[in-house]
Amino acid sequence: MIDYLPIGLQLLAAAGLAFVILLLSTLLGRPRHSHTDLSPYECGIDPFEPAGKRYTVRFYMVAVLFILFDIETAFLYPWAMVFRDMGMTGFVEMAIFIAVLLVGFAYCWRRGALDWD
Amino acid sequence: MNATAIVFYALAGLACASAFMVIWSRNVMHSALYLVPTFLSVAAIYVMLRAEFVAAVQVLVYAGGILVLFLFVIMLVNVKAVQGARLRLHGAVSGSIGAASIALLLSVYGRGRILAAAPDGGKLTEFGGNLETVGWVLYNEYLLPFEIASLFLLVAMVGAIVLARHKA
Repeated sequence: MIDYLPIGLQLLAAAGLAFVILLLSTLLGRPRHSHTDLSPYECGIDPFEPAGKRYTVRFYMVAVLFILFDIETAFLYPWAMVFRDMGMTGFVEMAIFIAVLLVGFAYCWRRGALDWD
Repeated sequence: MNATAIVFYALAGLACASAFMVIWSRNVMHSALYLVPTFLSVAAIYVMLRAEFVAAVQVLVYAGGILVLFLFVIMLVNVKAVQGARLRLHGAVSGSIGAASIALLLSVYGRGRILAAAPDGGKLTEFGGNLETVGWVLYNEYLLPFEIASLFLLVAMVGAIVLARHKA
């Protein structure tokens, strides 16, 4: 537990710095809020729709594929630590795991899921 | 109260408060972003349990991957049209799922399995460390679930492609 004290102090320092900066700019700055402060442009066309536009579903598919291969990689870490001691058994186990996912990878590739257009 | 308990209650409080803000926030984007402190404080609790690998996976997969997935879903769905509609049904469904999860947690706690699985320094160092322990247990005792996990990943992969590219 005590090994993580520096990380905790680092987090506290980062949060504290952000808090202090916000606090100082609130205290020392001149709060002048008017209608024009909140509008994107002081002249020109008024905003007519919210900025949150709908995105294409391709982003979602890329994110799903990223997570799936991310999880596959996460399984490789403990295996990498023990595979020397596990010998051939461990190698075959991971080969089966990777082979199943390779089928999925080949399917992604052939269906063009990795191409943007 | 010792230091470990103080740190634990601080992290647990942060996780619960931020999880509460996920369901309390009116803006669905804010809800998704409030998941970040929840995921990170749960990861810190995993570190306290000497499960560093699980903590790393929690940050990598949940805070890094699942959250981005949530944000993409929010960005590709017209949220304004969905908000307010069928909320009553959603409330009933999510309420019963939540109640079932709490009942499951309480029953596991009641049987003492959580306390039995509490960190045991002797068993951890037997294999050399956290990652080695996970590796030995995962690739020996839980070999079948591990291989089935690859099938789950394959099904999810095919499903995502079929759903997202059915026009192609």
